[in-house]
Amino acid sequence: MKPKDVSILLVEDNPDDIELTLKAFTKHNLANVINVARDGEEALNIIFQGGEEDTGENVPDLILLDLKLPKVDGLEVLRQIKGNTKTQLIPVVVLTSSREENDLVESYRLGVNSYIRKPLDFEKFVEVVIQLGLYWLLLNEPPPKGRN
Amino acid sequence: MKKEVTIIIAEDDKGHATLIEKNLKRAGISNNILHFKDGQETLNFLFRHGKGPHRKNNYPYLLLLDIKMPKVDGIEVLRQVKQDNELCKMMVIMLTTTDDPREIDECYKIGCSSYITKPVDYDKFVEAIRQLGLFLLVVEIPKIDGEL
Repeated sequence: MKPKDVSILLVEDNPDDIELTLKAFTKHNLANVINVARDGEEALNIIFQGGEEDTGENVPDLILLDLKLPKVDGLEVLRQIKGNTKTQLIPVVVLTSSREENDLVESYRLGVNSYIRKPLDFEKFVEVVIQLGLYWLLLNEPPPKGRN
Repeated sequence: MKKEVTIIIAEDDKGHATLIEKNLKRAGISNNILHFKDGQETLNFLFRHGKGPHRKNNYPYLLLLDIKMPKVDGIEVLRQVKQDNELCKMMVIMLTTTDDPREIDECYKIGCSSYITKPVDYDKFVEAIRQLGLFLLVVEIPKIDGEL
């Protein structure tokens, strides 16, 4: 997959974290389309916009998901993505400041593809986002699209 | 990734296993690494069957899983792991030479976290494992607990 074909959905309510994440991805030319959802409800609307008629072609290649979100929290968003056959194969990476062991365990139980804690330091934050971007968008073989 | 996480390499090719371990270490991974040479040995360890080594209770494990292996293949190992109420939380990364889209699709449907195709070229193989190692440094892995 070439980076230019890649679309990402970033689900994040913190403006600083949104800016840093976008900076990290654009700097390394990892994706050309990055949609941002600022709460869980908006994320679900974007992910399930096509309803039952959706062919799966418009789904993002990767979802970066914060856990503490307004309206609908991240674990509930994850539960709905992984509980629906149309969306369950989309790689979801939790990117959170949560230090709760329960969030980590519950995320994997729900089927998260990987779970990453945000470093407090800005530069380390950017470095972590770059590593996860390189891994998920260049090294990982994505599930075939337009399936089912 | 915390130092207490044990990395399991399920791989029948001894050369590949050595190369994977060596290059994970080169990327800065200092975790304990175990190697099993077929699917049955891997299942015996995880499910604590037979006479060989058994996994510890309440410890985090990460599985790097080849597909084509003697006795029990990687897809069957993945299936049994993901059907288990505790082991299902374990992050499983397929690391294999197979790039058949049907196989990739099946692994994701069963619940693998990620799928990496081993490059045939030596230098590219080394680079892929280094990239994997850099990613593993930033990812959080849950403990697997409870008596089976």
